[in-house]
Order: sequence, then C-alpha cells, then structure tokens
Amino acid sequence: MLGRGLLGIYLTALVLLPIAALIAKSSSGGLGHFWKEVTNPEAVAAIKLTLIASAIVVAINAVFGTLVAWVLVRDQFRGKAIVNAVIDLPFALPTIVAGVVLLALYGKGSPLGINVAFTRASVGLALLFVTLPFVVRSVQPVLLEMDTAMEEAAASLGASPRTIIRRVVLPTLAPAIISGVALSFARAVGEFGSLVLITGNLPFKTEAGSVYVFGQIESENLPSAAAVSVVLLAAALIVLTALNLLLYWRSAHVR
Amino acid sequence: MSAEPGGGAVTLPAPSGGTLSRRRPSNNRRAAASGSPRTRRIALRTVALGYLALLLLAPVLMIFYRTFEHGLAPVWNAITAPNAMHAFWLSLEIVAIAVPLNTAFGIGMAILLERGRFRGKGALGLLIDLPFAISPVVVGLSLVLVYGLPGWFGKWFAEQGIHVIFSVPGMVLATAVVSLPFVVRETMPVLREMGTDAEQAAETLGASGWQTFWRVTLPGIRWGVVYGVVLTTARALGEFGAVSIVSGRIEGQTQTLPLYVQDRFENFDSTGAYTAAVVLALLALGTLLAMNLLTRRAAGRSAG
Repeated sequence: MLGRGLLGIYLTALVLLPIAALIAKSSSGGLGHFWKEVTNPEAVAAIKLTLIASAIVVAINAVFGTLVAWVLVRDQFRGKAIVNAVIDLPFALPTIVAGVVLLALYGKGSPLGINVAFTRASVGLALLFVTLPFVVRSVQPVLLEMDTAMEEAAASLGASPRTIIRRVVLPTLAPAIISGVALSFARAVGEFGSLVLITGNLPFKTEAGSVYVFGQIESENLPSAAAVSVVLLAAALIVLTALNLLLYWRSAHVR
Repeated sequence: MSAEPGGGAVTLPAPSGGTLSRRRPSNNRRAAASGSPRTRRIALRTVALGYLALLLLAPVLMIFYRTFEHGLAPVWNAITAPNAMHAFWLSLEIVAIAVPLNTAFGIGMAILLERGRFRGKGALGLLIDLPFAISPVVVGLSLVLVYGLPGWFGKWFAEQGIHVIFSVPGMVLATAVVSLPFVVRETMPVLREMGTDAEQAAETLGASGWQTFWRVTLPGIRWGVVYGVVLTTARALGEFGAVSIVSGRIEGQTQTLPLYVQDRFENFDSTGAYTAAVVLALLALGTLLAMNLLTRRAAGRSAG
C-alpha cells in the first residue's frame, strides 16, 4: 500500500499536476482568450508548418521505412547486422547533436554543396532524421513473422511481383506501417532539439510549433505558450488515439 | 467450417488455388515482370542503404571528421575547458539522480500494471506513455507552471528557500519526466512472460513480500530492467528541450552537456560544439552497443 502511494505521488508530481497546470493556464483567460492566442498569425504559421512538415515526413517514412525493413529482413549482405544496429542511432543520439550532425553535412560549407540551413527543407530533414526508426522498427518484426508461403503461392499462380506486393505483402504490413507512421507523427509534432540550430527559427518561414512555444516562454508570455502547447499536444494525442482505435477495431473485426 | 477458396470478394488470393488460377490457368508471367528477381533485390538494397547512408551515416561520420580535422590539440582544449567539464559533470549528476528514481518507479509501476487488478488500469497505462507524446518544450513549460515562481507551488517553495526552476532540482524533474516510460515499458513484457508460478511457490514456502521480490521477481526481470535503464540513461543524458526551459541556461552553473553544445554553436565556437557533440555521440554509440548485446543475450536465452 505504501508502495502504491509512493508511485502515485511520483506520477502526480511528474505528469498529472504539470499537465493539469498546463491546461489550466491555457484556458485561464477563457475560451475566447485561448482562441486569440492560438489564432495569432505567427502561431498559426508555426502550427501549420509543424503539421504539414510532419505529414510529409511520415509519408516519406512510410515508404522508406518499409523499404529499409524489407531489405533488412529479406535481403542478405555483408554488414547487415551493423546496419540493423545503426537504425536506432536517432533514438540514442541527443536531439541537439542530431541538429549539429545534420548541419555538419548539409549546412554552410557542406562538402556536398548542399546547404539547407534556415530553409523549410531543413525542418523536413531534421524530422526525417529523428523519426527514422519508428516505421522500420514496427514493420520489421511483422516481416520476420510473415510466412513466405502466401507470396510463393501467389507467384506460382502467375501473380506479378507488383501484384504480390500490392495484394499480399502490403495488406499484411499495413497495421505495422500505420502504427509506425502514427508514432513518427506524434514525435515530429513535438520535436524541438534537432530543429533549433538547423532551421534558424525564422517566424512565418522555418519556425515550428515547439520553437514558437519556446519563444513565448522566453518572452514570458505563458498563456500563449500554454495555448499553443495544448494544440500540439492535442494533435499528437488525436493521432495516437486514432491509431489505437484502428488497431483495436481491426483486431476485433478482421479475425 | 472452411469457406470455398476463391469464393466471395476476398482480396487475398487463397494459397490453395482460387480466382488467380482460374483467370490465368497455364500462363506463368513471372519471367515477363520487370527485371529479374536478382536485379530487383540489388536495386532495393541500393535504394535502402543509400537512404540510410545519406540521412544517417554520412552526417555522423562528417561530425567526427569536422571535430578532428585540425588535430587533437584543439579537441583536448575544448574537452578540458572549465565550462565543458562542468557541463559534463552536471549531466552525470542529473542522470545519477533521475535514472535510479525512474528505475524504482518503473519496476514498481510495471508490477502494478502487470500484476494488479483495479479499475482504470488502461488509463494509468496511457498516462505512463504520455511523456512520449508530449513535446519536451511542453514538458518544461508544464513544470514551470507547477514549480516555477509563476506556477502553483512556486511561491511556497521559494518561501521554504527551495529553488526548483532555474536550478538542479528542476532539471532532474524535467529529465525524469521525459525518460519516465522506458523502464515500465521494457519491464512489463518480461514480467508477463515470467508468469507468477515462481512467486506463488516462494509465497507458499513462507517468503515475505519483500523476500519474494528481491529473490524471485527481480532476478527474473533483471535484463528487461537493465534494457530499460540503458534507454533511460541515453534519453536522460541527451535531454535538451525540457531541461533548456527549466534550467535558465546559466553558463557554468545550470548548463548540461547538450545545452553546452547549443551555447558553443551559437557563439561560433564550432570546435567546442563539435567536440561536445562527439562526446555525446560516442555515449550514444555506447548505448547502441549495450542495446545490441542485451538483445542478443535475450535472443540467445529464448533460443537455447
């Protein structure tokens, strides 16, 4: 019982109270005030950039993440174990280091002659880097479990590789891809550290939602920071909840 | 009661023959498909590895090159700079407090969620995962709104002479929040797999709750816990956004290593920034190695 009490206190102090305080602050001036903070042009631009960039990034993740998982499971080549281990690097690397690392190659004085610093492309690049492992790691175990007998049967019946991918492989992988996409999206919407250095945080151009919140905190405009925070949090939670409902619905209806 | 193969509007061709074979009875078109399987395989491999090389590997190698391109002396100077050393030790200090707290909490919460029977368990599970869905910036702001001067308890803490925000306690709090779910999430599946037989046996033999925990439960889940601790430590060492807000970023006082990287970068001290970044990158690579060894150990145990 004492143990449970301590767990409860810890969780309350670290998660419950802070979230309650955030929501209270965001609505402290009433709904009209909340709306005014959220519809401030700079806030709208930042939220829009975050949502659009995140959507593009997760679409790219869905394609390349699935492809990488496929190659890691179905292909054999030297150094595969190392490649497999390196996939998790973005999870292990501090986000600020991710920003520095990307700038070293794709910033000013890039040896490739590509400089994305302070452009909208840099937002996408940073988000692609930090969300890379999600789709790979959710598709990989499903591919490992997947029986190749179905694909072989389809092939022996004359299905083209494209048909097999479209009608056999993708339907099986779809839940895993969607789950990876939802996790990537939630992460991308809240991402901060990797964006700070590479995007330059130019208002109306490269300033993402989380960076806008940071700026509002710095200028001690806490109600505005709290209001935009609630919007970002809601976007992440809606996507994650939709994912849970979808997977729940699927497990209840498909089998 | 198996359905007729090929009957109904099923999208998957049934393995035992069906619509596909009826439409194309004897015409195997595999050879006519674009490219041989081998070319396709190599093309896919090239695209996947090329993507990883451009997005992951090349930038990480580049930072090592940039750090060491002028030799070791500037790197050594950058490492031994007083503010760098201070940032490094402060980061370790915060990790040394936040990680054990989260480990104890994580084990307790995993046991509660896995073994306990109570209402609202699903909601509790969602609450535990919440820090993964919240932006670090929002975590920092939320903590300020509770423990900072403009927050709910800020005045009370100030009256007691305790500084939470813009001080180490707040940085520990922020670090603990963002790395909260790892130990819980890594321990729960191991607990589930272990089952309750051994614990029940210990209890019927007269072991107390604590004895059962220390001698039966904990040894059984230790590798899950260790894996969780590795992830927690990596996240705690690298946390930037939340700590950035609650620390106030006072040079030589509340600057952790990730904050130091930003500070050096913005002051055009690229050697200082790259060196600190490389130190953090090496710690991250160490984390990957540890994760890999632990996963192999787990795979070896379940196979053998």
